[in-house]
Amino acid sequence: MGEFNSGGFEAELKTLPLSRRRGRGGARGISRFANPGQFLRLARPLVAPLALLGVALLGIGVYWGLFVSPADWQQGDAVRIMYVHVPAAWLASAGYVALALASLSSLVWRHPLADLAALEIAPVGAAFTAICLITGSLWGKPMWGAWWVWDARLTSVLVLFFLYVGHIALTRAFDSPERGMRSGAILALVGVINLPIIKFSVDWWNTLHQPATISLFHAPTIYLPMLWPLIFTTFGFSALFAALVLARIEAAVLEKRLRQRLARKFEAGFAEGA
Amino acid sequence: MKRKHRRLLFVLGGGVVIGLAAALVLFAFRDSLVFFVTPSDLAAKGRPGMTLRLGGLVERGSVQKTTENGIPHVRFEVGDGERTVWVDYSGVLPDLFREGQGVVVIGKLAADGHFAASEVLAKHDETYMPKDVVEALRKSGHWQPEAGPPPPAASWNTLGLDRKGGG
Repeated sequence: MGEFNSGGFEAELKTLPLSRRRGRGGARGISRFANPGQFLRLARPLVAPLALLGVALLGIGVYWGLFVSPADWQQGDAVRIMYVHVPAAWLASAGYVALALASLSSLVWRHPLADLAALEIAPVGAAFTAICLITGSLWGKPMWGAWWVWDARLTSVLVLFFLYVGHIALTRAFDSPERGMRSGAILALVGVINLPIIKFSVDWWNTLHQPATISLFHAPTIYLPMLWPLIFTTFGFSALFAALVLARIEAAVLEKRLRQRLARKFEAGFAEGA
Repeated sequence: MKRKHRRLLFVLGGGVVIGLAAALVLFAFRDSLVFFVTPSDLAAKGRPGMTLRLGGLVERGSVQKTTENGIPHVRFEVGDGERTVWVDYSGVLPDLFREGQGVVVIGKLAADGHFAASEVLAKHDETYMPKDVVEALRKSGHWQPEAGPPPPAASWNTLGLDRKGGG
């Protein structure tokens, strides 16, 4: 994001109006949240409470999961990896939904905030996907007898990771940030097809990975005292995910503003000197 | 307004096309997307010498463990409720291996119909329960883990909890 090649920089400023012109009635409906100023006013007071809530819930969930909840009769204490692995997996997919929604509003409605949101969601989503893959691998070796297998679930989650990484790379691969964002948005939307594949891979095909334990259509096939810590870590990770993304978008908005101001100063100074 | 709607239509149309394409591709490759074949598949399509992954439940009472020259050797039957296949394997088994457990074995189908495995993976199912719950189910006769999958979750996922609550 920090390249100082003049063409791209100017284009960036033009495509990302940071404060919407007032006086034209203002934006109505949902699009008023696309105004960066409005976003800052809403998001700023949310970041610290969300982060604190996330750390607290995660602390309770991890303590509960590691020391209080019973061990599994077959897996022993290795079952406790689930309390990190499963929330990370859910958030990896949920984060991708957020990335796709941001990409959609960027492509269709050209919301000034959508590009920034997509840019900042992708690395957080990639990190959660990596946590999911690593913890899964650590569980797989003692339980299955293999660190990794190429079954449909594992492979599709690896593809999700590559989609995130591809988005990170593609959005930064163009001289014009606008073109980078557009390519990234298209990639993100095409990648949406992977989400149902991840979810249903364990039902559509034989996989080594087990099918879903928690479902809308049947009672959870887990002893409930083992489920409570999972609920805490899930909400904890979710709050942390949101706090991270909001903080990153806030920083990105402020960075743009600063650059805009610097650019104005630079232009003014240049005009004076000439 | 017009352009906005055109872009939305374009994205939606693209989504439909990509979805269809993906569905067709996945359907066409459905046989190679499975991680393992079942003993019934093997009976229908298997030919001696094929290298493949075979999956199913370890049949109750079928496991025979021996040791030859210090190398552990195991023979067991893998079944899917319809057919069973005898599997030979030399080496260390994963911790979760037991009778009634789902396994995936990698190896070759021999001419005599036996399966010579070079690798055994244990498959964990979607149930999570502590030891005392399993013991309680075993004692009450609701479930013998060696016999196959556990009973419906509603019959055990709160087992013994209401007692602590004073009920």
